[in-house]
Formats: sequence, structure tokens, C-alpha cells
Amino acid sequence: MDPRSAVPIAVRGLRKTYGPVRALDDVDLDVRSGEFLTLLGPSGSGKTTLLMVLAGFIRPDQGSLKFGAEEVIRLAPHKRDIGMVFQNYALFPHMDVAANVAYPLKLRGVRAPEAARRVEAVLQTVQLAGYGARRVDQLSGGQRQRVALARAIVFEPRIVLMDEPLSALDKQLREHMQIELRQLHNQLGTTTIYVTHDQREALTMSDRIAVINGGRIMQLDTPQAIYERPANRFVAEFIGESTLLKVTIAGDRCECAGQVLRVAQARAAPGSAVLMLRPERLRILGATEAGTAPESGQNWLQAQVTNVVYQGDSVLVQARLADGSSVNARGVAGRDTLAALPQPGQPVHFGFSVADTVVLADGA
Amino acid sequence: MGPEVVALAPHAAGLRRDEQVERWALLGLSAPALVLVLVTMIAPVAWLFGLSFLADDGSWSLEHYRRMVEQPSYARTFGVTFKVSLMTTALCILAGYPLAYVMSQLPRRVATLCMLGVLLPFWTSLLVRTYAWLVLLQRQGLINEWGMALSWWDEPLALVHNLTGTLIGMVHIMLPFLVLPVLGAMRAIDADYLKAAANLGASPSRAFWSVFFPLSFPGLLAGTLIVFILCLGFYVTPAVLGGGKVIMVSNHIANDIELFFNWGAASALGAVLLVLTLAFLLLAHRLLRLDKVLGGGHGL
Repeated sequence: MDPRSAVPIAVRGLRKTYGPVRALDDVDLDVRSGEFLTLLGPSGSGKTTLLMVLAGFIRPDQGSLKFGAEEVIRLAPHKRDIGMVFQNYALFPHMDVAANVAYPLKLRGVRAPEAARRVEAVLQTVQLAGYGARRVDQLSGGQRQRVALARAIVFEPRIVLMDEPLSALDKQLREHMQIELRQLHNQLGTTTIYVTHDQREALTMSDRIAVINGGRIMQLDTPQAIYERPANRFVAEFIGESTLLKVTIAGDRCECAGQVLRVAQARAAPGSAVLMLRPERLRILGATEAGTAPESGQNWLQAQVTNVVYQGDSVLVQARLADGSSVNARGVAGRDTLAALPQPGQPVHFGFSVADTVVLADGA
Repeated sequence: MGPEVVALAPHAAGLRRDEQVERWALLGLSAPALVLVLVTMIAPVAWLFGLSFLADDGSWSLEHYRRMVEQPSYARTFGVTFKVSLMTTALCILAGYPLAYVMSQLPRRVATLCMLGVLLPFWTSLLVRTYAWLVLLQRQGLINEWGMALSWWDEPLALVHNLTGTLIGMVHIMLPFLVLPVLGAMRAIDADYLKAAANLGASPSRAFWSVFFPLSFPGLLAGTLIVFILCLGFYVTPAVLGGGKVIMVSNHIANDIELFFNWGAASALGAVLLVLTLAFLLLAHRLLRLDKVLGGGHGL
């Protein structure tokens, strides 16, 4: 596919209300040309509504939607030239695989021999060469997913939308398809918007992630930035595991349960805030190390172990601070780590980088 | 049986016996239904079939069948029967399919109300409904009086005691038999199929004909067959609204028995109608591969 056919998408002031509920609350969003952007959020956050507005299946109350320079907010769905992969695939049960994939080509007046050639080529791309004559109900879930994808890209649309396309697959196949979909995107270069509630899927596949909640975009950034520097409490809690602690901040230091920590980003105005720690960024200090003062760039936090949970590939250490709030640390379950684990009731020192000491605004 | 055999296949014999007991129990449970079908359906049909080969003096003969071939009135009767059935079925499709479509698109609560309306005809006796049409359609009936009072037409229209009246009555009675299976098939169509069609570039009418209609077709076919077959044996409505001008096979049978006490002739007619109906089903089966279409094997 010609990457030049990819277009940017500009969403401005998009609003959709259902009674008193704002499913989309004046959303602004810019998707770059050829980008793989994921809409990530819990169910009911408005991510699917946004996708359906893009596809033209939901009519918003107000707002603007541009594909490239073209305003499409009032354009009928069948004129938008978007490929879409539905959550349940929506493959036509009365057509075989080839007829399903050829359907958009037939609608565009592509001649039969040319259509057959393109169908075979795209089936090759999704690794289903030779499956053209199969009936849809003879396919496995993963194969249906690929056919749905083939049907959505065969007519070389400007934009591809995917609505939780992997949610019906089992875990192993899902992880395999994540990598495969991403490789396919690299190959095709089509502007792609992907909806999921699975944060790991979003982190694995996306160029950028838009975290959505309550009909609003909470943060739009690269997977790394979203994970490392969440913009607010919602993002911090929704993405990955996190320990959130109440702290008081002043300058580049904060006080947490009687202990002073240096923070990643200094803040001028002193006051209460929320400290976010990722469990896998905490390490348990040995006895000799714990006796000394932390080096520059490091923070130490003292706590008492309450529980140690063995989880196969990792081990979770739960501990309590002096003020009763709990802190989690996760370590790779190597033989050495397992041998040196503290016991419940023992005091423990956690060490972590100042860069991982992220302070968020209190409240939402 | 030695202990080492038991060790190789523990409880095999007992488990096999359990399975047999279960199978006999199942047969035992369905026995009353089988007997009922045998007594109320198979036996009378076989008896009538036998009657049709008996001449008036009690000897075996093909007399009744010969008469059917020789007398043109019989051919005419079968012609009328198929014509009326085909027209009724066609009118039911024309009225019923769009109705079912609208109902399938309505919100649930409204659709339920509509469903009550569709089922309304089932609430009263067929005879009562047929006479009600007589009241509405006759020369001094409600429709003619209003039509003339509003100056839509000057002379009373011949709406009853003819083919028109028969068709009106039969379509009204048959409509639910078409709407129900069609609506069932339409309700089963996932709305995402139509969204997918639109997304892939199909205009609403194109999406309807390429996706919605084919997916609703099994229901339409089922309804069409039910209506057509029911029509073939219809008696009351053509008798009352046809005014003696629309003689279908069942009316002919009734005449043979009531007027001429000729059970043999009536049985022969019944046998031929049954065979023709079966032949029609077989033809439909061959042409449309009914087992596949009606078997519901198209679903995901």
C-alpha cells in the first residue's frame, strides 16, 4: 500500500450526550498521518463512541472531524473510505472468505480478475493464502480476525479503525496477533486508530496512546511517557501497577510518612500531592546498604513487610509505612532473590531512583 | 470374568448397559407421541388412500382417478387452487416482508405492540374473521358504503363472492405465518453486518440487497412455504368469500362428500393434493437446497 494515501485526522470540540451523560466531552485529538494511535480506557469511557463517530455510525451533537483537509463530520459512513475491524469481526456469514474480502472491491467497481488477484495478495499478507473458498464458520477465531483485517485493508483505505479486535482471542494468540498487527502496520503505513481496554496491548502496539475517561482525553503521549510520567492520578492508576501515597511537597523534596524523598520534577508551590511508585522500580536493599545514606539520584524508604507473594515469574513484597499506608515492590523471581527475601514482620528498606519518584497533583 | 480383565476395562460392561437402559428409556418416553401421530395422522391418511381405490360397488378400481383425468372440472379445480395459493403467497410476501422489516427496526417496546397486532387474527376463530370480511366487503358493506359516501366510486365494487374477496380474506389470515419466521430471521441479523457493509462502501440500499436480504432469505423461504402449503388445503375462506365462484380442491372434496356422498372421489382428490404438495416440497428442496437454508447452518 502506498503510504502517501495515509491522512492525518483532526478532531475538534467533539461532543456527544446521552441524556445527562456526556459520552464525548468536547474532545480534541490530532492523529498524525501513518500513526498507530490507541484509544485506551475503561468500559464506558467513551473510546468506542469516539471510534464510532470517526466511522460515521454515531452522529455527534457538535464538533469537527477532518481527514486531511476534508471535513467529514456529516459524511455518510459508506462514503468515508475507512477500513474497520469490528470487535465480533462482522464477517458476512452467507459469503465465503474470498467473497467477504472482495466485497469492498466489488462495491468500488474493481473488475473480477483484478479483484481476485488483490484478494489473493491480501490473504497472503494476513497469512491465509489458499483459504478463499472456506466458509466463515469453518474458521477459528484467529483466522476470522485475519479475514476481518484483510477485508478492512484490501481496498487500501485512508484510515483503518480497529475496535478491540483481539478481545475474543485467547491470551497466547492475542499476544501473537499484537506483534503481527504492529508489523503489518509498519508495512502498510496507514493511519490506524485502535481501541482497547487492555493497557498492555496499548503499550505493546502503539506509537501514541490516548488515555480516555469520562468522555475526555486524560493524556495523549508515547507509551513510555504515559507509563513513566502519567499526567494525573487516573492515568497512574489505570496504566500498570502503582502505589499511590499522600505526600506534602515543597520544592524538589516531599515528605512521605515522616521520610524525606527527592522528587523527579520540582514544584514551586508547596502543598499536598500524590506520590506514585511503580512496584518493579523498587528494589530491596541489603542490610549493609540500608545503614548508609542514599547516593545522589537515589531515594530510600523504610517500611515493614506484611506479606510476600510468590507469582511464578515475579515475587510481590507488600509492606507498610509508619503511617499505615502500604507500598508494593515487585522483583524478578530469580533464585538469588527468592533466597534473600525478607519475612513478614521484618523491617525493609526500598531503594529507587529519583527519576521514578513521580509526584502528581492531588485530586483527580 | 477374571479379575485381570476387570482391571483392564473397569465397569465397561456396566457402563454399556447403562447406556442401553438410557436409550430404551428415551424411546419409552417418546412412545405416546409416536402412537398419537400414528393413530391421528398416518392411519386416517392411509385409510382414505385405500378408499380412493374402491369403486362404488366395493371392488378395487381406478375409477375415481380416471374421472379426475377425464373431467375438465377437476383440472380447473387444481388450476384454481394453485393460482389462488400462488397469488395469496405473493401478496403475503409483498405485504409481510416490509412489515417484518419495519418491525425488526423498531424499538423493542413498539415492536411488541406491533407483534400483538400481527397476532390479533389468531385470537378469534377463522370462521368469525371470514364472516367479518363478508360484512366489510359486501355490496352494502362498510367499505362500499363509505367509498360511495365519500364519492371515491359511484357503483358498489364487487369485493366479495369472487377471487378478490377470497384473496383479501386469505392474505389476512395467512400474513402472520409469513411475518413470524421472517421477523425471526431478521431479528437474528447482527446490526454489525450492516455497519460493516456501510463501512466497506455499500450504500444503504446496496447493503440491504447484498447483506440483509440474503441473511433474511431463509426466514422468507420458510414463511413462503408454510403459507403456500396452508393455502393449498384452505377451505373456509374460499367457501364463504368466494361465493361458489372460487372452487379449490378442499371445496371440491366437501362437495363430493356433502352433495354426492362419494367418499371414494373425495379421497382420491385428497390423495392427489397430498402427492402434489409433497412433490412441490421435493421440487423446492431440490431447487433451493432447503435443508441447508432452513437448517440454520449459515450462522457463525
